[in-house]
Amino acid sequence: MTALFRPNQLVPGSGTAVQGPGGMGEPSPGGTSVGLRDLSCVFGSVRALDGFSIDIAPGEFLALLGPSGCGKTTALRILAGFEAPSGGQVIVDGQDIRSVPAQKRNMGMVFQSYSLFPNMTVLENVAFGLRLRRVSGSQRKTKAMSLLDMVELADRANRYPHQLSGGQQQRVALARALAIEPRVLLLDEPLSALDAKVRVQLRDQIRALQRRLAITTVFVTHDQDEALSMADRVAVMRGGKLEQVASPAELYDEPQTPFVAEFVGTMNRLPGKLVGPGRVAVLGREVTARGPVAVGNAGKDVDVLVRPEALALAPEHGANGIVSAVTFRGAQTRVDVLLWADMAVKVDVPSSQGATLAPGASVKVTLASDNVLVDGKVGDISLRLEEA
Amino acid sequence: MWRLFIFAAAGLYFLLPLWAALRFSLAYNGTGFSAQAYSGLTGQQGFGAAIWLSVQLAVVTTAFELAIMVPTTVYIHLRRPGLRRVMDFVTSLPLVIPPVVLILGVLTVAPSRLKATPFLLALEYVVLAVPFSYRALDAGVRSIDVKTLVDASRSLGGEWLTTMRCVLLPNMRVAVLSATVLTVALVLGEYTMASLDQYQTFPTWIVLFEASNSHVSVAASLMALFLTWLVLIAISLVGRSRRQAGGMS
Repeated sequence: MTALFRPNQLVPGSGTAVQGPGGMGEPSPGGTSVGLRDLSCVFGSVRALDGFSIDIAPGEFLALLGPSGCGKTTALRILAGFEAPSGGQVIVDGQDIRSVPAQKRNMGMVFQSYSLFPNMTVLENVAFGLRLRRVSGSQRKTKAMSLLDMVELADRANRYPHQLSGGQQQRVALARALAIEPRVLLLDEPLSALDAKVRVQLRDQIRALQRRLAITTVFVTHDQDEALSMADRVAVMRGGKLEQVASPAELYDEPQTPFVAEFVGTMNRLPGKLVGPGRVAVLGREVTARGPVAVGNAGKDVDVLVRPEALALAPEHGANGIVSAVTFRGAQTRVDVLLWADMAVKVDVPSSQGATLAPGASVKVTLASDNVLVDGKVGDISLRLEEA
Repeated sequence: MWRLFIFAAAGLYFLLPLWAALRFSLAYNGTGFSAQAYSGLTGQQGFGAAIWLSVQLAVVTTAFELAIMVPTTVYIHLRRPGLRRVMDFVTSLPLVIPPVVLILGVLTVAPSRLKATPFLLALEYVVLAVPFSYRALDAGVRSIDVKTLVDASRSLGGEWLTTMRCVLLPNMRVAVLSATVLTVALVLGEYTMASLDQYQTFPTWIVLFEASNSHVSVAASLMALFLTWLVLIAISLVGRSRRQAGGMS
């Protein structure tokens, strides 16, 4: 493995830093800050982005997570310069770069589909950006080889893209994007076309490289496992807007909206009743309702959102649940329970307990958490937190 | 069995006229055979000038054709995919509008300085070749992920011309070669426009020479056809080797 280099360091073996192609030059020392401010983007009758704003710290790995059509790829493409926003600002290191064309933004991008140039070898692909920056032949070969070494593909330098597997092609694409020492690394679902095993390997590799190079990175994905396992912060998007941006743990433990709660991880929706300011009754217990719950709505029905691990169950004849399925998942077992004969809920229990359960067993499901997230569902009140 | 029969029937349909033409071009004195029509072809009066003019027209036409149609095809796929059907229709028009109508229209409106040069024909041939070149290029563009390749090149710092030269054209090589061959074949075979424009191109020479020596005229036609086939075979071989050595997976 060759010596590690950072985007703002010298080209290994060259003694010169890679210059941007006549536009935005080298990355700032310590990384590049990015701000998307009040971005909107309209395609015909579709509003892909609707006042989307987010700030990304230098060297941060941010994941944009959301369902298909939520605007995450549009936001990335606007940052890359491939799409023009209808409104808002794109701030990079304090400068609005909306008028800077994509080829002058110096942002490396890895695409969802295989994007290597079929007419070039692996080495030529990685060196392409350096060639455009007029780096001399020997220097660009040295640097391209060091990057291929970094992604463990130096021995494939003279192969053509079609001679590589999908995972190898994406690693070459990553090396090619890093070769230009980009200010920001943009990853547009680069793992989605790969099989599960390769995907896990490559996401670990991407994360390790990003940490080593400390390069500001924006990663678009609809896979919550990828987002939660790779990113410093995860921004959940819906309908062109930002729902919540937080660390993976915070996003999972303290979702701010019912959408985030249900989109990230598995969530049960149980019927509850408000019993006073900030208090809700569910599964026979009174617990704290997290978030701004309207005062004076006592007696109103609400949905209570509870994670599988926040529920507990115990065998009990004639209790509120019947086990419908038991799925072994290593240390934990996922138990599907039919609650009150008409509501399916999922409960995670230690596998030692799960082994004693079988479909058809009668169990009592209880709440093991002291605070829950509520989602109002009745006509005259709205407890949806984003509207509160 | 049926497959063999259809293959044989189609083969006969295409090859019989060629066989008849070859036999006629080799006929000598009504009884024997001779290659005299072929060996004396280049020495015939007007042959050199006619073929030279056709070659020049082929070069100019192909250059114009590719300069216009390659960027247009890429642009349609990249930025205006909704216009593909419109393009399919518009580029079919030269097939349904008779060349006589086109040439008369052009001769009516073309400036006299342009009318004085045979290269007016090249501009007309550009229009005639559009249906063939567009379809060849369209197939080439469809075979690659143009949008991703262009975005990748731009993100690495590639300007449009660089992207076209270094990324798109090398990956559209077979399509460009196909468009080139079709255009050249059209120029080498087009008679109506050249005749109405009163220029002696290769096809008009063949027709004129037929009156004095029909054996040589048919020999010239077969030679032209043979050369076109050779180019087509060469292109298909290039395409096959590209797929084996470095095509898009």
